[in-house]
Amino acid sequence: MKPTIERPAPAPEPEPLGDQVKLPKSVKAIARTRRKEAALRTWRQYRKSKMGMAGLGILIFFILVAIFAPVLASRCELSPTCASGPILSPPSWQYPMGTDDLGRSVLALVIWGSRISIVVGLAATLITVVIGTSFGLAAGYYGGWRESGLMRITDWFLVIPFLPLAIVLSVILTPSLTTVILVIGITSWASTARVVRAQVLSLKTRTYVERSRALGASHWHLMSRHILPNVGPLIFANTVLIVAVAILSETTLSFLNLGPDPATNISWGTILEFAFGGGAAFSNDWWWIVPPGLAVVLVVLAFTMIGYALDEILNPKLRAR
Amino acid sequence: MSTRRYLFSKIAQAFLTLAFVLAFNFFLFRGLGDPVSLLLHGHASLTPSAIADLKQQLGLDLPLPQQFLHYINETLHGNLGYSYDGTPVSTVIASKAWPTLLLIGLSTIASIVIGIWVGIKQGWKRGTGFDQSMLGVTLVLYSMPEFWFGLLMIMLFAVTFQIFPTGGMTTPGADYTGLKNVADILNHMALPFFVLTVAYLAEYSIIMRSSLLETLGEDFITTARSKGMMEKRVLYRHAVPNALLPTMTVTILSLGFVISGAITIEIIFSWPGLGLETYNAILNKDYSMLQGLFLLFSAAVIFANLVADLLYSYLDPRVRAG
Repeated sequence: MKPTIERPAPAPEPEPLGDQVKLPKSVKAIARTRRKEAALRTWRQYRKSKMGMAGLGILIFFILVAIFAPVLASRCELSPTCASGPILSPPSWQYPMGTDDLGRSVLALVIWGSRISIVVGLAATLITVVIGTSFGLAAGYYGGWRESGLMRITDWFLVIPFLPLAIVLSVILTPSLTTVILVIGITSWASTARVVRAQVLSLKTRTYVERSRALGASHWHLMSRHILPNVGPLIFANTVLIVAVAILSETTLSFLNLGPDPATNISWGTILEFAFGGGAAFSNDWWWIVPPGLAVVLVVLAFTMIGYALDEILNPKLRAR
Repeated sequence: MSTRRYLFSKIAQAFLTLAFVLAFNFFLFRGLGDPVSLLLHGHASLTPSAIADLKQQLGLDLPLPQQFLHYINETLHGNLGYSYDGTPVSTVIASKAWPTLLLIGLSTIASIVIGIWVGIKQGWKRGTGFDQSMLGVTLVLYSMPEFWFGLLMIMLFAVTFQIFPTGGMTTPGADYTGLKNVADILNHMALPFFVLTVAYLAEYSIIMRSSLLETLGEDFITTARSKGMMEKRVLYRHAVPNALLPTMTVTILSLGFVISGAITIEIIFSWPGLGLETYNAILNKDYSMLQGLFLLFSAAVIFANLVADLLYSYLDPRVRAG
């Protein structure tokens, strides 16, 4: 194998200087343009990644399905009283994914299930990122006893096996959509905290941070203005991967009957739970099992692919050499 | 830091974590939920005086700190309470542990070995057709709920082709002994073993691949190549041993999750292990059982963590110095 040298992408041409030189309005404006440029640069690199673009395509498809669920299938079809289909019929023109044991269209269930699965995934990730980033930032920035205390707690959460903890929490708390989101969020922030802390540790010794500190910047200013924006890209790639895990977790919890109330909130995991409980696997009712699972795989795969593509761009250690 | 001090601090940390889990476990069940209804399984038919008696028996009428000491004392003596049908939780756990260890233990070893092998091949031939297609396969496997994959395999191999039994650990009613019994168990184990091995393989191959890629970019690899070393030798003598180190940590950590990780697989295959027991405990709202299982699952991870730390420090002395 011959080592290949890859040249960095050429920097965008600077705008021609001349009469039209625009002076930035303020310091903030400079920072804003720089960030916009950086984001554009990342996007240009991202566009080259086939994996990333495929993931983005799948994700956009499912988000559209979730948004337009009421147009695609009437909500009424989810309730057994309203569903009029034959019981357990294999796919047909009228029911492209067949029907379940209550005569509901599996396609309608999967379309509406996308809402719960995606919302739970995103909301739980938000909690994870907020808790994880705060812990990691505070621990890395302050150091000393605060760091050891915070990291001790993080290590505890890292050690407690996720699924049993989520099961115990869901059993003790009253099951609802909020409970599921909270349970997943609370049980999965520890790894984010570690990633963020490691990054903060290296950032806080940089000269520009020291300079700012010498100028009398407050802790809050240093953390929010100088360190957090630079941890941002890394958190971003990490976050996208967390959404994938959160959606898988929701599926598993719903499958264990610990998800949101199945009477009002049907997720892909709930459909699989119904199918398993209805003995679909043993009577070979494949149309009841394959579509919801395939939907989970596609969405999780989409988030994973986007996460990996971003990681390859934003994490300098992984760049092709 | 001297080796002895390092070992001591690691072991102390493990005990501290275990103490935290104990406290956490107590708080979860006594603090968050209403202890009486949780631990008495909401038997509404009990008379108030019977409830009071039970409360006294379980020590629930004592102040919280005293209850905590009581709980610690009982747990340390191996008394994890009673399941809803009156069997001691520790007895149930002891009888359900070995089917789990057998199935999950074997499939974890298989997925680690195969996963690492695939990861090495991929990392070494980065960007080739093999790497790209395996990356696709492993990403799909990684994105799959393992129980869904299991259900598909049941439909395919147990229902449609009827090659394997649909579930359980032995043929009901047939009291085989000796070799016949072993063959029967193996026959029941084949399908869940396959599902678990394939489902968890991706985790290890992905880590091994990226770890090998990182190692291949190091200067000592360039040095080895410039010395004119055979490529195979560079790979197996220089790159792989170094890339294995981070992979190993993740692997050992995952061993701790083995005991709890396959709850859903045990459910769909009706494999009579700790996972199925957890599911039954959820369905029966058997809180003492859940409390005991949760403690066991956490202790397993803490123990695996400790082993990983100790092994790492033995294999990579830089850790101790740092």
